[in-house]
Amino acid sequence: MRTFVPQLVQRGREPRWLAPLLVVVAVALVYVATAAPIRAAGANPAAAYERYVFTPLTSTSSLTEVLLAATPILFTGLAVAVAFRSGYYNIGAEGQFLAGAVGASFAGLYLPDLPGPLAVPVALLLGAAAGVAWALLPALLRVNFRIDEVVTTLLLNPVALLGVQGLLNGPWRNTGSGFPVTDDFGAGYEMPPAAPGARVHLGLVIAVVIAVVIWVVLARTATGLRVRAVGLSPAAAGFSGVGVNRVLFGSALVSGGIAGLGGASQVLGVGQQLTNEVSGGYGYTGIVVATLGALSAVGVVLVALLLGDITVGAQNASLVLQLPPQMGDIIAASLLLAVVSVLVLRRYKFRLRPGRFTGEQAS
Amino acid sequence: MHALLGENGAGKTTLMRILYGLSRPDSGTISIGGEPVRITSPADAITHGIGMVTQHFSLVGPMTVTDNVLLAGAGVGRLDRRNGRRLVVEAAERIGVGIDPDARVDRLSVGEQQRVEILKALSRDCRVLILDEPTAVLVPQDIESLFRSIRRLTDAGMGVLFISHKLREVTTISDRVSVLRRGRIVDTVATRGASIPQLAELMVGRRTVGVRRSDRQTMHDTDLDAARSIDEPDLEVDALDVPVDRPILSIRGLRLAGPSRNALDGIELTVNPGEIVGVAGVSGNGQTELVQVLSGVRHPDAGTIEVNQTDITGAAAADVIAAGLGRITEDRHACVVPHLTVEQNLVLEDLHRFRRGPFLDKRAIRAHASELIERFSIKAKPEDPVATLSGGNTQKVLLGRALSRDPLALVVSQPTRGLDVGAAEFVHTQLIARRAAGAGVLLISEDLEELLALADRIVVIYEGRLVGELPVADATPERLGLLMAGEAAA
Amino acid sequence: MELAYLALVGAMLTIATPLVLAALGELICERAGLLNLGIEGTMYAGAFGGFLVAIESGSAWTGLVAALGIGLLAGLFVGMLAIGLGVNQHVAGIGTTLLLIACCDFINRLKYGAGSVPKVEKFQQLFADIPLASQYLLTYLTFLVIAPVVFVVLRSTGFGLRLRAVGENPEAADAAGVSVAATRYAAMAVGGMLMAAGGAFLTLAILGSFTLNITNGRGWVCIALVIFARWRVVAAVLGGLLFAFVDALQLQLVITPEFSGVPREVMIALPYVVVIGALALSGRNLTYPGAYLQPYRRS
Repeated sequence: MRTFVPQLVQRGREPRWLAPLLVVVAVALVYVATAAPIRAAGANPAAAYERYVFTPLTSTSSLTEVLLAATPILFTGLAVAVAFRSGYYNIGAEGQFLAGAVGASFAGLYLPDLPGPLAVPVALLLGAAAGVAWALLPALLRVNFRIDEVVTTLLLNPVALLGVQGLLNGPWRNTGSGFPVTDDFGAGYEMPPAAPGARVHLGLVIAVVIAVVIWVVLARTATGLRVRAVGLSPAAAGFSGVGVNRVLFGSALVSGGIAGLGGASQVLGVGQQLTNEVSGGYGYTGIVVATLGALSAVGVVLVALLLGDITVGAQNASLVLQLPPQMGDIIAASLLLAVVSVLVLRRYKFRLRPGRFTGEQAS
Repeated sequence: MHALLGENGAGKTTLMRILYGLSRPDSGTISIGGEPVRITSPADAITHGIGMVTQHFSLVGPMTVTDNVLLAGAGVGRLDRRNGRRLVVEAAERIGVGIDPDARVDRLSVGEQQRVEILKALSRDCRVLILDEPTAVLVPQDIESLFRSIRRLTDAGMGVLFISHKLREVTTISDRVSVLRRGRIVDTVATRGASIPQLAELMVGRRTVGVRRSDRQTMHDTDLDAARSIDEPDLEVDALDVPVDRPILSIRGLRLAGPSRNALDGIELTVNPGEIVGVAGVSGNGQTELVQVLSGVRHPDAGTIEVNQTDITGAAAADVIAAGLGRITEDRHACVVPHLTVEQNLVLEDLHRFRRGPFLDKRAIRAHASELIERFSIKAKPEDPVATLSGGNTQKVLLGRALSRDPLALVVSQPTRGLDVGAAEFVHTQLIARRAAGAGVLLISEDLEELLALADRIVVIYEGRLVGELPVADATPERLGLLMAGEAAA
Repeated sequence: MELAYLALVGAMLTIATPLVLAALGELICERAGLLNLGIEGTMYAGAFGGFLVAIESGSAWTGLVAALGIGLLAGLFVGMLAIGLGVNQHVAGIGTTLLLIACCDFINRLKYGAGSVPKVEKFQQLFADIPLASQYLLTYLTFLVIAPVVFVVLRSTGFGLRLRAVGENPEAADAAGVSVAATRYAAMAVGGMLMAAGGAFLTLAILGSFTLNITNGRGWVCIALVIFARWRVVAAVLGGLLFAFVDALQLQLVITPEFSGVPREVMIALPYVVVIGALALSGRNLTYPGAYLQPYRRS
């Protein structure tokens, strides 16, 4: 008896239209998969998606919200992309973001009288330094003792959150209200607007500049080629004279610095005080942003904007349609999994072959 | 006893994988004992009584011999290890060897590991045993022992298919030979009455296989009989500016700790300008580590390495390259980055030379690549990812990168493993040309024929030590084999 | 003093139960060559799903069974991504964790709004009057049945042999007629069930309710424990006990007057820091399972 089963067979050269088509397939999959829970929550999926994707783009004020929401995940997305590009799996952007927020808050609380033109740069610098510091231990352990950075960076995330909570419940507790939030920073610590009169702050501009720098470095410089070589094949890069440990260490610290800068930009740009909710998972979302953006600077910018759009849409939908805002996170996570899954198919094509199904790919 | 002869890339391995269910044919049938069978997985092959010993052993290193034998056919329930040991011992008796069933496989020598592979097949009551290039990893004495084991099996009525590209072995052991060329069986002949040049012609379409230096007069009992001789290869390589009175590469007291014993244990070796020094040895005796240490990817625990009087001991790969050492190693994918392009890989060793301001000079990189592609006849475009290249062309990229800097000394390890005859000839010709230009070449190979064809003198590495040195005129496979097996100096 | 000491050890065993369960689950996955970073989400889903079903059905046991089912599906889901499709295991695991946590929080919000979450009729401790022995049945099962069974299965059964073989050298396992994919899926299924059981223990035994961020990085701790244990069952159990001991100790110290000056958060962070320290001291130059992170395809 002959049975025919569908099998994945490696294809030679992929057609150009394939990747975009597959992304469309992934989006459709996400839509289908999320339709049921949206219905269960009593809303119409089509209407909900209109809120998620299009409504935020229809007014200037909500567009501003989108850019504000995209700013922190643009930082963490770039941070993660820089590390992943060199093959250093920094999953600790969350902790480094929090450390950066604490660093900036330190300036804001203890140097309140610094004048405006000096205050913000000092706070940003302290934030970046704190992010680097939080990334230092895992990087040292990885480079010197080959201890897996995935585990150490992950474990430092809850520690960073506990650190923030400890500060807010202890020495940094609000002297007026007694709530676990810091006092307001000195007057000079408000992040300047991106453009005169805009609500979007300078953080977005800084993040975009970083994205451009990353793009240029990766595409055009020797350092960039070294980073790519290490990320693609550390053994071959080392053989070819690239200092693998130096590249890993460097990109780990740069990654931590960018994440820390993001945390600093967030406390300075929104509210000028440190709260427990300063991050709310931006570091983890950064992994989604970086991966969906194919670890390229341009991709990261686009995906950060898209997820910022969906975040604002989700808040909107929770007010108007009573859809819990966590649907935004569900969409982001399922989009990530759907896209990486279907993109695997780029290298394969379906074919019917005789035999029994083993669940493995033959090629 | 049926031998399948063919050069690399002729389809031997593909055929074998199909027989064992690891690949699937597009059409055709396989019959066993006249019955057509369908084999879609190794499990099917095992049920039909096919046993296979591959070039790369299918053994789980950290497990014992018994556990490896039990792996096939074990259910999911309790393991009967006592029965497993009995199976191992019985199978070992059938081929006339002794083995400890409780030894960890990764602690066994390569020859012993191969026996475990045969035991695995026998313990499953196989009727046909397929051996894929079984002698490639063995010393001559182990080959003898393997052949004795095979004869015991064929005498007991088992069919054995012996896959090889070595003419001499095939004519020694088999009853019939089928020659495979470009995926077709071109002929099947009785071994008795077939001559080596005749088989060589069937295999590659001409009567010579490989190249050798013209000063190789004395022919040993090897396939060199069929090799074309070259002396001054028709290549333009400018003479190198090297001091002729001093060694170009000298290694003193080199030691590297390994998991159980020293992987390298006091290596002393010099290579002079215009000399090819061969390092013979059974794989796993420190060759990999020696190459890693010389290439600058591992730091030795003691000893010094000098290239043209520059100390490069423990230096990073970049400094090793700068000192004038060219490196070409066995594991090509550990040397070039597959997903970078040909041109990027070609400049990776000296990126600082291709800069304009803070940026990479793309035009210079492209020009550099085009020149090397031409000079080394690499069949690729500069912007092709190396992953899309064949093994031979990848090797040429590596060769081009190393030689483009006109290195004074070369460390070359297994440069032709897995290459077809044409590509292998190309590589050998390049090495001979470098020697003629005055470079010192350290050639590490498990292929004695390659060493005998190219080297001026041959040293033998055994358990991390150099155990003997022979000028090539005195070197015979037998004498080298004794040294390689760790027997006292020959 | 004697009593305080017994209470400390008793608390250690309770706190260690979910960690040991989930760490054993992760260990099984990793021995088969798969890093399952879905562990945090699987624990979270086990905690929330077990709690929800227990509330709806009125039985903590039903809740536990539901959690096992959720763990099974979560394990197979990560397996489908990592084994079937060959997606990068870091991305597959983190993505699954984010997805599962978002789904749980979504349902939680839908069901209970932003308000408080009800209490569930939780498991009762056995031998309630005897200091050290008053533990949940699941704790006894974990240490006296599940851990020994995992040990024996990995060591002395055909399934364990196959599992280790696909984790060390899938080519060899394949050539021996072992289905690499099926074995790995089985490892992911069992591993996921153990992780979810660990999560359910948090809601159904320790807390009796559900709070946001209930697992708080315990899954990551378990991954560290598995590496710390060098993929050995006994060492993973001991590592779980070590973390739990520091955790139990900090719970005691927080209520000890001499330590009242130390912020509570520093105390809570202590076990995490201890795990990182243990990893830094013992995790050098490890030999990972041979096929760790490697998807297998016949080439």
